[in-house]
Amino acid sequence: MRSLFLALLADESRHGYEIKQALEQEFGDQLPALNAGQIYSTLARLERDGLVVGQSIEGDNRRKRVYELTEAGRAALTGWIETPVPGTRLKDEFFMKLVILASAGLAEPKALIAGQRREYLQSLRDLDAMVSADGSRPAAELLAEGAILHLKADLEWLDLIEQRLPMQREPA
Amino acid sequence: MTPVLETRRLAKTYDTGGTQVLAVRGIDLTISRGEFVAIVGPSGCGKSTLLNLMAGLDRVTAGEVWLGGRRIDQLSETALARMRRQKVGFVFQFFNLMPTLSAIENVELPLLLVGRHRKEARDAASRLLDDLGLEDKYDAAPSQLSGGEQQRVALARALANTPDILLGDEPTGNLDSASSREVLALLRAARDRGQTLLLVTHDTRVAAAADRVVTLRDGLVNDDTELQAARPVTLPLDAGGPV
Repeated sequence: MRSLFLALLADESRHGYEIKQALEQEFGDQLPALNAGQIYSTLARLERDGLVVGQSIEGDNRRKRVYELTEAGRAALTGWIETPVPGTRLKDEFFMKLVILASAGLAEPKALIAGQRREYLQSLRDLDAMVSADGSRPAAELLAEGAILHLKADLEWLDLIEQRLPMQREPA
Repeated sequence: MTPVLETRRLAKTYDTGGTQVLAVRGIDLTISRGEFVAIVGPSGCGKSTLLNLMAGLDRVTAGEVWLGGRRIDQLSETALARMRRQKVGFVFQFFNLMPTLSAIENVELPLLLVGRHRKEARDAASRLLDDLGLEDKYDAAPSQLSGGEQQRVALARALANTPDILLGDEPTGNLDSASSREVLALLRAARDRGQTLLLVTHDTRVAAAADRVVTLRDGLVNDDTELQAARPVTLPLDAGGPV
């Protein structure tokens, strides 16, 4: 979330609530209510690291803290812009869970895979309904389309795991 | 209650030049009235063979197929054809409309084949086309319609005789994503009116529109799962989210 905040502060200084609004502007209703604590703690960490600097000003009826980028913050933003996000996604919670539970003999791989397939299919249904409903923001919709493609790949992967993974524990 | 469709230890072997190919290897499947079921699996898993066996379009090697409480796998071709006209609706990947008939004539055809009067058939066909948003396409030839429109005509035709079950073989397989979404919405609307539906698809996104998803592998049922109504989606903004 940090780099995103730097990007939102690139052109103008903003206070926490304006950052929240800018995010909601792009992603709309599907964005869970961002709690103020999350926003202010992120801003506080950015300030501690010297990437933004805050200034308290008197607002309409209470004090607000307005943040702007520092030189270091601008450099960090440039670095973020110029670096593609990593392409390889080797982090997979389900696969780690499956391998460890299966080797410890704590769960039946077939049942774990079946449960996970159900979850992926249900998530596909949820996302498809969201995309089909009117009124989602283009950014949120594209994000959901991406998640749908990933879920389709995850379902294919489950089939592959089921075919290849030894399903029985080696007898001791 | 009697299931709409049931298979018992259903099997199909193809003889391809001396080699026996086991396409379906013993499938027990029960479809109840009002269910919307998708059969999904990679190509070669036996899903199209299964659909053809259930529709009586192909002969079983072993096992039984029951439609509406009646065993159909041993019926004669004539009896099967009559049964299909009255009890089963089909939607195919390539629409399979009669190219020389207009949209409304395509929808009337199954009604006339079961002996309905011309006027009655015309009224029912126009109602069906209207329901599917084709009120201004009655006289269009299939070639003048888009893929999505052709599939909607095919769906109207399939629903004409209020079939016990509507079978779909990759019904969105030849459509762009907008038309595909539209056809799926119409299938769901048919389900909401109580129509029993069974679709075969390789596309898990299409399958997830159904209420029950049966996964086949190597000619056997590998998984059979019920889905719930769509849950609201929220986007995470912390690590791993859109940021």
